[in-house]
Amino acid sequence: MNSINPVSRRGFLKGSAVLGGGLVVAFVIPGGHRFAFGAENQGEVFAPNAFLRIGNDNSVTVLLGHSEMGQGIWTGLTMLIAEELDADWSKIRVEHAPASAAEYGLPAFGGMQITGGSTSIWMEFDRYRQAGAAARLMLIDAAAKRFDMAPSQIHTESGVVIAGDKRVTYGELADDAGKLPVPDPASIKFKEAKDWKVIGKPTKRLDIPEKITGQAKFGMDVQFDGLMTAVVARPPVFGGSVKSFEGAEALAVPGVHKVVQVPTGVAVIADHYWAAKLGRDALKVVWEPGPNAGLDSQQLLESFRKLAATPGTSVSQAGDATVMLGRAAKTIEAEYSVPYLAHAPMEPLNCTVKITKDTCEIWTGTQFQTLDQMIAGKITGLKPEQVEIHTQFLGGGFGRRANPTSDFVSEAVYVAKAAGEPVKTVWSREDDIRGGYYRSAFLHQARIGLDADGMPIAWKHVLVGQSIMAGTSFEATMVKDGVDKTSVEGVSDSPYLEGLANHLIDLHSPQTGISVLWLRSVGHTHTAFVMESLIDELAEAAGKDPVEYRRTLLKAHPRHLGVLNLAVEKADWKAPLPDGHALGVAVHESFGSYVAHVAEVSQDNLAIRVHRVVCAVDCGIAVNPQSIAAQMESGITFGLGFTLHSKLTFKNGQVQQSNFHDYQVLRLNEMPVVEVHIVPSTDKPGGIGEVGVPPVAPAVANAVFALTGQRLRELPLQLSGV
Amino acid sequence: MLTLNINGKDQELDVPADMPLLWVLRDVAHLTGTKFGCGMAQCGACTVHVDGAPLRSCITPATAVAHGQKILTIEGLSSDGSHPVQQAWAELDVVQCGYCQSGQIMSAAALLAKIPKPTDSDIDQALSGNICRCGTYPRIRAAVKRAAEIG
Repeated sequence: MNSINPVSRRGFLKGSAVLGGGLVVAFVIPGGHRFAFGAENQGEVFAPNAFLRIGNDNSVTVLLGHSEMGQGIWTGLTMLIAEELDADWSKIRVEHAPASAAEYGLPAFGGMQITGGSTSIWMEFDRYRQAGAAARLMLIDAAAKRFDMAPSQIHTESGVVIAGDKRVTYGELADDAGKLPVPDPASIKFKEAKDWKVIGKPTKRLDIPEKITGQAKFGMDVQFDGLMTAVVARPPVFGGSVKSFEGAEALAVPGVHKVVQVPTGVAVIADHYWAAKLGRDALKVVWEPGPNAGLDSQQLLESFRKLAATPGTSVSQAGDATVMLGRAAKTIEAEYSVPYLAHAPMEPLNCTVKITKDTCEIWTGTQFQTLDQMIAGKITGLKPEQVEIHTQFLGGGFGRRANPTSDFVSEAVYVAKAAGEPVKTVWSREDDIRGGYYRSAFLHQARIGLDADGMPIAWKHVLVGQSIMAGTSFEATMVKDGVDKTSVEGVSDSPYLEGLANHLIDLHSPQTGISVLWLRSVGHTHTAFVMESLIDELAEAAGKDPVEYRRTLLKAHPRHLGVLNLAVEKADWKAPLPDGHALGVAVHESFGSYVAHVAEVSQDNLAIRVHRVVCAVDCGIAVNPQSIAAQMESGITFGLGFTLHSKLTFKNGQVQQSNFHDYQVLRLNEMPVVEVHIVPSTDKPGGIGEVGVPPVAPAVANAVFALTGQRLRELPLQLSGV
Repeated sequence: MLTLNINGKDQELDVPADMPLLWVLRDVAHLTGTKFGCGMAQCGACTVHVDGAPLRSCITPATAVAHGQKILTIEGLSSDGSHPVQQAWAELDVVQCGYCQSGQIMSAAALLAKIPKPTDSDIDQALSGNICRCGTYPRIRAAVKRAAEIG
């Protein structure tokens, strides 16, 4: 799929002919990914990796294979194209491209089209710039021919080609440019960083107008004639199933048309959501509870603890930690734990499906188009390419909308298939909170030996928690020798352990019957909390300032040090604070970027108040500083939610929480002041969407310790009465 | 049949008696700017104005607002995004995923209609019922203050 495809080229040329004078330029860039640009209303064109359409009205339309879920990719990737194209920013429009693995697949994700892992900017940094640059070269060539000048005498500026005293817009040249050969990608030379006009400039989002007027279309907003709405009754216990059901009373609800069984439960299909919901309320289902009816959070934690006492799968081992612990001047022993978490994006899950003889059309907000296509294809008996996905804006993703099982998409396909008509399957908030695919609970136990100077000389660490990747299509690449990298990231690659001659890290990956999934920053959601809290514990045991202690340990890690120093400087670490306030610090690398937070807290009886978070981030080249600041604010809010509130528990096999009243997230009145400082850098870009999350919990926990002397080793943080 | 005055126009709608206003707006009147987030007045995504006051449409039966009350949704707040709150939202680049923002903007507009120069505490009171999972809270707070300046 990654080779240049002459059939596609011909397909494109054909498409161009259909247009009759239409202007479509296709070009190929390294890696075999094709970009194209051409006229507005170009009709049938071959599907490229991304489209860059230049209309006769000078509009530049970028079609993204990536999904906009709030992270700002709509704007960030477009900036890369605009930089090298010298586009007029005011003429730019963006759309989600039609799903296609062949064209939009990412080599690093096995050729699949996916938005996740904080990868979009750094993975696309070169090829999106190449797309813009190649288009610009072709426009210059077109002008050179038109004016009989050498391309070297011609330059571009904000959507205009300037040839001597002649100025011609991109729109006017697009027809001619479309007839020219595609430049050899090797001949494309990027602008030097010093000449950037777009990259590095704080740039407002391009999706503001539709999002402040209610016009933005999310999956939930898809409506068309003949579309029904379904809600599904699902088993109250994971692994449960339908024993029998009686649909008569549901069917008696006005507006309810059908009650159908699907693999995940029983779907009630109605004219609109309200009727479907009332129908489900009236539905009588007898459930077979299955093997997990005894699930209980307290017992689960106990079982994790028992496992921790047994040898696990080795993650990393050096020297002899056991012997060195025996020689330590001081030993620290600690147990940390975090609960199951739901993603709870503001837009409840939903998916609209219309199946015909040879197509399956899907409208949804998804992070994972390729798997959705494959799975929908299997269910409908169609080929993946016959599954057309119209990606809508995502009302939050946080990982929930990229699922290796495509759960909410596959269920909706089953519902539409069983109904025999187009159906939008909608989850209620309760369905979402109780629907599984959680961040796994994790238990960490550590024994760390310090020398006479208080520095670590031996570290034993065991983690217990469910594997996300086991049993998925990612297992082959992400699980090595029994170790799911996403379970241990942040510990296994910790800078504190890297140089430690004697350490031992073990992992247990129990199966519990609870479905688990990546949640924004994945393993780092718990490993950063544990590692950065532990470092604070060591500093305390050593009688050293937590910042100085980290500086000593991180001396061979300049980028960690850089953000640490910047954050503590901006937070004025040593300055006096208001009475009853204290600071805590944490620094963590994830997804190729480095973040330090300094949190200022106080307490109000047993409630923890976070007043201020000063953040320093080093994400390499800062493509859109505005978006980086927003993502840090976002990550801090998200992290504070699970630091202070969010927790799922199980009793008698059932999730005990159901909605925002008992599964709490951060609200505006609890939001601290956030300051974001970006480290100037020429390093290649790192991730940004997730990296603000990990250091939040430990910065707050460390501040709480500084304030109260209580070392809280469990999330959400809960002060005990004194 | 219910008659609802939505965004200045009377509309006759054939809906079940107990249907919440949210679903009447979205599924019957096809005004999808008002969002479903929780269904129990916990998140504020469904906020509309009724006679100028903010109201959670997800728990309000449409029949309760069918007596001539003026219902205003995000679609009716301005024809072109020019309401001071919308201007401030654009200026401060508030939105991220955007799903909660209709509700945030409607809550903010109702606050400013009542209290033209709100304090932080007023903003806390008026907007803590609107959840944003993306964490646009700092910008929302700043944008409410900016909207107060724009007037």
